Amino acid sequence: MPRRPLLIALALLVAGGLGWATLAPVEAASREALFEIPPGTSARRLAGEQELLILPQTIRLGVNDVLALKNADHAPHVFGPTLIMPGQTFRLPFAQAATYSFLCSAHADGQLNVIVEPHPAPGWERFRWRWSSLTGTG
Amino acid sequence: MMRRVALVAAPLALAALLAGAMVLTREPAPEPARAQVMRAGVYEPPRAAPGFILRGADGSEVRLADHRGKVVLLTFGFTHCAAVCPTTLSTLAQARGSIGEAADQVQVIFVTVDPGRDTPAQMEEYLAAFDTSFIGATGDPEELAQVRAAYGVTATKEGAGPHYAMAHTSSIFLIDPAGRLRAMMPFGHAAADFAHDVELLLEG
Repeated sequence: MPRRPLLIALALLVAGGLGWATLAPVEAASREALFEIPPGTSARRLAGEQELLILPQTIRLGVNDVLALKNADHAPHVFGPTLIMPGQTFRLPFAQAATYSFLCSAHADGQLNVIVEPHPAPGWERFRWRWSSLTGTG
Repeated sequence: MMRRVALVAAPLALAALLAGAMVLTREPAPEPARAQVMRAGVYEPPRAAPGFILRGADGSEVRLADHRGKVVLLTFGFTHCAAVCPTTLSTLAQARGSIGEAADQVQVIFVTVDPGRDTPAQMEEYLAAFDTSFIGATGDPEELAQVRAAYGVTATKEGAGPHYAMAHTSSIFLIDPAGRLRAMMPFGHAAADFAHDVELLLEG
Protein backbone atom coordinates (compact mmCIF):
# COMPACT_ATOMS: atom_id res chain seq x y z
CA MET A 1 0.00 0.00 0.00
CA PRO A 2 1.47 3.36 -0.97
CA ARG A 3 2.12 5.35 2.14
CA ARG A 4 4.11 8.22 0.77
CA PRO A 5 1.26 10.71 0.28
CA LEU A 6 -0.02 9.96 3.76
CA LEU A 7 3.41 10.49 5.26
CA ILE A 8 3.79 13.74 3.37
CA ALA A 9 0.42 14.94 4.58
CA LEU A 10 1.27 13.94 8.13
CA ALA A 11 4.63 15.68 7.94
CA LEU A 12 2.94 18.83 6.67
CA LEU A 13 0.41 18.69 9.47
CA VAL A 14 3.12 18.28 12.09
CA ALA A 15 5.17 21.08 10.54
CA GLY A 16 2.13 23.34 10.47
CA GLY A 17 1.34 22.55 14.10
CA LEU A 18 4.90 23.19 15.21
CA GLY A 19 4.99 26.41 13.23
CA TRP A 20 1.83 27.61 14.87
CA ALA A 21 2.95 26.61 18.37
CA THR A 22 6.29 28.37 18.10
CA LEU A 23 5.42 31.45 16.08
CA ALA A 24 1.72 32.32 16.33
CA PRO A 25 1.09 35.42 18.46
CA VAL A 26 -0.12 34.85 21.97
CA GLU A 27 -3.53 36.45 22.19
CA ALA A 28 -4.35 38.71 25.09
CA ALA A 29 -6.53 36.09 26.70
CA SER A 30 -7.22 36.90 30.30
CA ARG A 31 -7.00 34.24 32.97
CA GLU A 32 -8.25 34.78 36.46
CA ALA A 33 -6.25 33.56 39.43
CA LEU A 34 -8.68 33.34 42.33
CA PHE A 35 -7.49 33.16 45.93
CA GLU A 36 -9.73 33.04 48.95
CA ILE A 37 -9.03 34.36 52.41
CA PRO A 38 -10.91 31.75 54.43
CA PRO A 39 -13.20 32.39 57.40
CA GLY A 40 -11.34 32.75 60.69
CA THR A 41 -8.09 34.06 59.19
CA SER A 42 -8.09 37.26 61.21
CA ALA A 43 -9.05 35.47 64.44
CA ARG A 44 -6.31 32.89 63.98
CA ARG A 45 -3.80 35.64 63.32
CA LEU A 46 -4.92 37.54 66.41
CA ALA A 47 -4.58 34.33 68.40
CA GLY A 48 -0.90 34.35 67.51
CA GLU A 49 -0.84 31.80 64.72
CA GLN A 50 2.07 33.33 62.85
CA GLU A 51 2.71 30.43 60.49
CA LEU A 52 -0.74 30.67 59.02
CA LEU A 53 -0.31 30.32 55.26
CA ILE A 54 -3.39 31.58 53.47
CA LEU A 55 -1.99 32.77 50.18
CA PRO A 56 1.23 31.93 48.40
CA GLN A 57 4.05 34.34 49.16
CA THR A 58 4.49 34.88 45.46
CA ILE A 59 1.85 34.66 42.77
CA ARG A 60 2.90 34.35 39.14
CA LEU A 61 0.64 35.71 36.42
CA GLY A 62 0.82 36.55 32.74
CA VAL A 63 0.15 39.88 31.11
CA ASN A 64 -3.59 40.72 31.15
CA ASP A 65 -4.29 38.13 33.81
CA VAL A 66 -6.50 39.10 36.71
CA LEU A 67 -5.72 38.50 40.35
CA ALA A 68 -8.93 37.90 42.29
CA LEU A 69 -8.88 37.97 46.08
CA LYS A 70 -12.06 36.89 47.80
CA ASN A 71 -12.43 37.78 51.44
CA ALA A 72 -14.48 34.99 53.00
CA ASP A 73 -13.30 36.02 56.45
CA HIS A 74 -15.46 37.88 58.96
CA ALA A 75 -13.05 40.83 59.17
CA PRO A 76 -11.79 43.27 56.55
CA HIS A 77 -8.40 42.54 55.03
CA VAL A 78 -5.85 44.94 53.63
CA PHE A 79 -4.53 44.15 50.19
CA GLY A 80 -2.06 46.67 48.90
CA PRO A 81 -3.63 50.06 49.23
CA THR A 82 -7.15 48.97 49.82
CA LEU A 83 -9.55 47.24 52.13
CA ILE A 84 -11.42 44.17 51.03
CA MET A 85 -14.54 43.90 53.13
CA PRO A 86 -15.99 40.56 54.26
CA GLY A 87 -17.78 38.94 51.35
CA GLN A 88 -16.10 41.16 48.79
CA THR A 89 -13.91 40.07 45.92
CA PHE A 90 -11.27 42.42 44.59
CA ARG A 91 -10.22 41.83 40.99
CA LEU A 92 -7.04 43.51 39.85
CA PRO A 93 -5.91 43.21 36.23
CA PHE A 94 -2.22 43.40 35.35
CA ALA A 95 -1.46 44.92 31.96
CA GLN A 96 2.30 45.33 32.44
CA ALA A 97 4.92 42.70 33.03
CA ALA A 98 6.70 43.56 36.29
CA THR A 99 7.17 42.46 39.87
CA TYR A 100 4.69 44.00 42.28
CA SER A 101 4.82 44.00 46.07
CA PHE A 102 1.70 44.62 48.08
CA LEU A 103 0.93 44.95 51.73
CA CYS A 104 -1.33 42.05 52.61
CA SER A 105 -2.79 41.37 56.03
CA ALA A 106 -3.43 37.74 55.12
CA HIS A 107 0.32 37.10 55.19
CA ALA A 108 2.36 36.62 58.32
CA ASP A 109 5.02 39.02 57.07
CA GLY A 110 2.37 41.37 55.70
CA GLN A 111 3.56 41.24 52.11
CA LEU A 112 2.43 39.59 48.89
CA ASN A 113 4.51 39.54 45.73
CA VAL A 114 2.97 39.29 42.28
CA ILE A 115 5.25 38.53 39.37
CA VAL A 116 3.67 39.29 36.01
CA GLU A 117 5.61 37.58 33.29
CA PRO A 118 5.69 38.89 29.72
CA HIS A 119 4.22 36.94 26.83
CA PRO A 120 6.68 34.28 25.71
CA ALA A 121 8.98 35.16 22.83
CA PRO A 122 8.54 33.34 19.50
CA GLY A 123 10.35 30.03 19.29
CA TRP A 124 11.11 27.52 21.95
CA GLU A 125 9.84 29.72 24.77
CA ARG A 126 6.44 30.17 23.14
CA PHE A 127 6.25 26.47 22.29
CA ARG A 128 7.03 25.55 25.90
CA TRP A 129 4.42 28.05 27.16
CA ARG A 130 1.77 26.53 24.91
CA TRP A 131 2.74 23.04 25.94
CA SER A 132 2.53 23.85 29.63
CA SER A 133 -0.82 25.61 29.09
CA LEU A 134 -2.10 22.56 27.22
CA THR A 135 -0.92 20.09 29.82
CA GLY A 136 -1.83 22.28 32.77
CA THR A 137 1.72 22.39 34.07
CA GLY A 138 2.13 26.11 33.56
CA MET B 1 -5.31 3.45 -4.96
CA MET B 2 -2.35 5.76 -4.67
CA ARG B 3 -4.18 8.44 -6.60
CA ARG B 4 -7.21 8.19 -4.29
CA VAL B 5 -5.04 8.58 -1.23
CA ALA B 6 -3.35 11.54 -2.79
CA LEU B 7 -6.71 13.07 -3.59
CA VAL B 8 -7.65 12.88 0.09
CA ALA B 9 -4.29 13.81 1.55
CA ALA B 10 -3.55 16.78 -0.68
CA PRO B 11 -6.60 18.87 0.32
CA LEU B 12 -6.01 18.00 3.95
CA ALA B 13 -2.42 19.15 3.80
CA LEU B 14 -3.42 22.27 1.91
CA ALA B 15 -6.07 23.07 4.50
CA ALA B 16 -3.54 22.61 7.29
CA LEU B 17 -1.09 24.92 5.57
CA LEU B 18 -3.76 27.55 4.97
CA ALA B 19 -4.91 27.36 8.58
CA GLY B 20 -1.33 27.69 9.77
CA ALA B 21 -0.72 30.64 7.48
CA MET B 22 -3.88 32.38 8.67
CA VAL B 23 -2.90 31.96 12.28
CA LEU B 24 0.69 33.04 11.68
CA THR B 25 -0.24 36.20 9.83
CA ARG B 26 -3.03 37.22 12.17
CA GLU B 27 -2.48 40.23 14.39
CA PRO B 28 -3.12 39.78 18.11
CA ALA B 29 -6.82 40.14 18.86
CA PRO B 30 -7.82 43.64 20.04
CA GLU B 31 -9.14 42.22 23.28
CA PRO B 32 -12.83 42.28 22.31
CA ALA B 33 -13.88 40.43 25.43
CA ARG B 34 -12.07 42.93 27.63
CA ALA B 35 -13.34 46.05 25.94
CA GLN B 36 -15.92 46.65 28.64
CA VAL B 37 -13.76 45.54 31.54
CA MET B 38 -12.40 48.20 33.83
CA ARG B 39 -8.67 48.71 33.90
CA ALA B 40 -8.68 49.48 37.60
CA GLY B 41 -9.07 46.84 40.27
CA VAL B 42 -12.78 46.39 40.97
CA TYR B 43 -14.70 45.55 44.12
CA GLU B 44 -17.51 43.03 43.81
CA PRO B 45 -19.97 43.68 45.20
CA PRO B 46 -19.22 47.38 45.61
CA ARG B 47 -19.91 49.01 48.96
CA ALA B 48 -21.00 52.55 49.70
CA ALA B 49 -17.94 54.78 49.59
CA PRO B 50 -17.11 55.83 53.17
CA GLY B 51 -18.42 59.36 53.57
CA PHE B 52 -16.52 62.29 55.00
CA ILE B 53 -16.93 65.94 55.81
CA LEU B 54 -13.63 67.81 55.61
CA ARG B 55 -12.55 71.40 55.09
CA GLY B 56 -12.00 72.91 51.68
CA ALA B 57 -9.61 75.57 50.48
CA ASP B 58 -12.15 78.36 50.88
CA GLY B 59 -13.13 77.25 54.35
CA SER B 60 -16.31 75.55 53.19
CA GLU B 61 -17.13 71.92 53.88
CA VAL B 62 -16.05 69.22 51.47
CA ARG B 63 -18.66 66.50 51.68
CA LEU B 64 -18.31 63.40 49.56
CA ALA B 65 -22.09 63.05 49.49
CA ASP B 66 -22.40 66.41 47.72
CA HIS B 67 -20.85 64.88 44.62
CA ARG B 68 -23.45 62.22 43.98
CA GLY B 69 -24.23 62.11 40.30
CA LYS B 70 -20.58 62.49 39.39
CA VAL B 71 -17.69 60.10 39.22
CA VAL B 72 -15.36 61.01 42.07
CA LEU B 73 -11.66 60.27 41.73
CA LEU B 74 -10.39 60.30 45.29
CA THR B 75 -6.69 60.54 45.96
CA PHE B 76 -4.54 61.10 49.03
CA GLY B 77 -1.31 63.06 49.08
CA PHE B 78 0.51 66.23 50.11
CA THR B 79 1.63 69.36 48.35
CA HIS B 80 5.32 68.88 49.19
CA CYS B 81 5.31 65.51 47.45
CA ALA B 82 8.17 65.37 45.00
CA ALA B 83 7.00 62.84 42.45
CA VAL B 84 3.97 60.68 43.10
CA CYS B 85 1.34 63.37 43.75
CA PRO B 86 2.33 65.65 40.86
CA THR B 87 2.30 62.66 38.54
CA THR B 88 -1.09 61.51 39.75
CA LEU B 89 -2.67 64.96 39.54
CA SER B 90 -1.20 65.59 36.14
CA THR B 91 -2.54 62.25 34.91
CA LEU B 92 -6.00 62.96 36.30
CA ALA B 93 -6.04 66.41 34.72
CA GLN B 94 -5.05 64.87 31.40
CA ALA B 95 -7.74 62.21 31.72
CA ARG B 96 -10.37 64.78 32.55
CA GLY B 97 -9.27 66.91 29.61
CA SER B 98 -9.61 63.97 27.23
CA ILE B 99 -13.26 63.11 27.75
CA GLY B 100 -14.91 66.26 26.44
CA GLU B 101 -18.16 67.37 28.03
CA ALA B 102 -18.16 64.36 30.33
CA ALA B 103 -15.43 66.14 32.29
CA ASP B 104 -18.17 68.11 34.03
CA GLN B 105 -19.34 64.84 35.55
CA VAL B 106 -15.96 64.05 37.07
CA GLN B 107 -14.74 65.43 40.37
CA VAL B 108 -11.21 64.96 41.65
CA ILE B 109 -10.84 65.25 45.42
CA PHE B 110 -7.35 65.42 46.89
CA VAL B 111 -7.26 64.67 50.62
CA THR B 112 -4.11 65.76 52.34
CA VAL B 113 -2.06 63.41 54.48
CA ASP B 114 -0.01 66.35 55.75
CA PRO B 115 -2.38 68.80 57.45
CA GLY B 116 0.51 70.42 59.30
CA ARG B 117 1.90 71.99 56.13
CA ASP B 118 -1.02 71.82 53.71
CA THR B 119 -3.03 74.90 54.51
CA PRO B 120 -6.25 75.36 52.54
CA ALA B 121 -4.76 78.27 50.62
CA GLN B 122 -1.64 76.32 49.73
CA MET B 123 -3.70 73.36 48.54
CA GLU B 124 -5.84 75.59 46.37
CA GLU B 125 -2.83 77.15 44.70
CA TYR B 126 -1.14 73.78 44.28
CA LEU B 127 -4.16 72.06 42.76
CA ALA B 128 -5.01 74.95 40.46
CA ALA B 129 -1.70 74.37 38.71
CA PHE B 130 -3.12 71.06 37.50
CA ASP B 131 -6.84 71.72 37.10
CA THR B 132 -8.91 74.46 38.67
CA SER B 133 -11.81 72.07 39.21
CA PHE B 134 -9.83 69.87 41.59
CA ILE B 135 -10.92 70.10 45.21
CA GLY B 136 -8.50 69.92 48.10
CA ALA B 137 -9.65 68.68 51.48
CA THR B 138 -8.04 68.95 54.87
CA GLY B 139 -9.10 68.62 58.48
CA ASP B 140 -7.93 67.69 61.93
CA PRO B 141 -5.32 64.93 61.99
CA GLU B 142 -7.80 62.62 63.70
CA GLU B 143 -10.50 63.26 61.10
CA LEU B 144 -8.06 62.65 58.27
CA ALA B 145 -6.82 59.47 59.93
CA GLN B 146 -10.40 58.20 60.11
CA VAL B 147 -10.94 58.85 56.42
CA ARG B 148 -7.70 57.06 55.55
CA ALA B 149 -8.62 54.08 57.71
CA ALA B 150 -12.01 53.81 56.03
CA TYR B 151 -10.30 53.44 52.66
CA GLY B 152 -7.36 51.34 53.84
CA VAL B 153 -4.95 54.17 53.09
CA THR B 154 -1.69 54.51 54.98
CA ALA B 155 0.48 57.58 55.56
CA THR B 156 3.73 57.66 57.49
CA LYS B 157 6.00 60.58 58.26
CA GLU B 158 9.56 60.08 57.07
CA GLY B 159 12.43 62.24 58.24
CA ALA B 160 12.52 65.10 60.70
CA GLY B 161 12.71 68.87 60.58
CA PRO B 162 10.84 71.08 58.15
CA HIS B 163 11.73 68.99 55.11
CA TYR B 164 10.13 65.72 56.14
CA ALA B 165 8.27 63.59 53.61
CA MET B 166 5.14 61.48 53.82
CA ALA B 167 5.11 57.89 52.57
CA HIS B 168 1.52 57.31 51.57
CA THR B 169 -0.80 55.18 49.54
CA SER B 170 -0.61 56.32 45.96
CA SER B 171 -3.66 54.63 44.48
CA ILE B 172 -6.74 56.44 43.28
CA PHE B 173 -10.24 55.39 44.31
CA LEU B 174 -13.07 55.48 41.77
CA ILE B 175 -16.51 56.27 43.16
CA ASP B 176 -19.50 55.97 40.84
CA PRO B 177 -22.35 58.49 40.51
CA ALA B 178 -24.42 56.46 42.98
CA GLY B 179 -21.74 56.93 45.64
CA ARG B 180 -20.40 53.39 45.52
CA LEU B 181 -16.72 52.61 45.82
CA ARG B 182 -16.31 50.71 42.58
CA ALA B 183 -12.61 50.47 41.92
CA MET B 184 -9.06 51.33 42.83
CA MET B 185 -6.45 52.32 40.24
CA PRO B 186 -2.88 51.62 41.33
CA PHE B 187 -0.32 54.35 40.76
CA GLY B 188 1.32 54.36 37.36
CA HIS B 189 -1.65 54.01 35.04
CA ALA B 190 -1.98 56.27 32.03
CA ALA B 191 -4.60 58.98 31.61
CA ALA B 192 -6.28 56.84 28.95
CA ASP B 193 -6.97 54.15 31.54
CA PHE B 194 -8.72 56.66 33.82
CA ALA B 195 -10.71 58.08 30.91
CA HIS B 196 -11.74 54.57 29.91
CA ASP B 197 -12.94 53.64 33.38
CA VAL B 198 -14.64 56.99 34.04
CA GLU B 199 -16.67 56.58 30.87
CA LEU B 200 -17.69 53.09 31.93
CA LEU B 201 -18.81 54.39 35.33
CA LEU B 202 -20.76 57.24 33.74
CA GLU B 203 -22.52 54.74 31.48
CA GLY B 204 -23.63 52.92 34.61
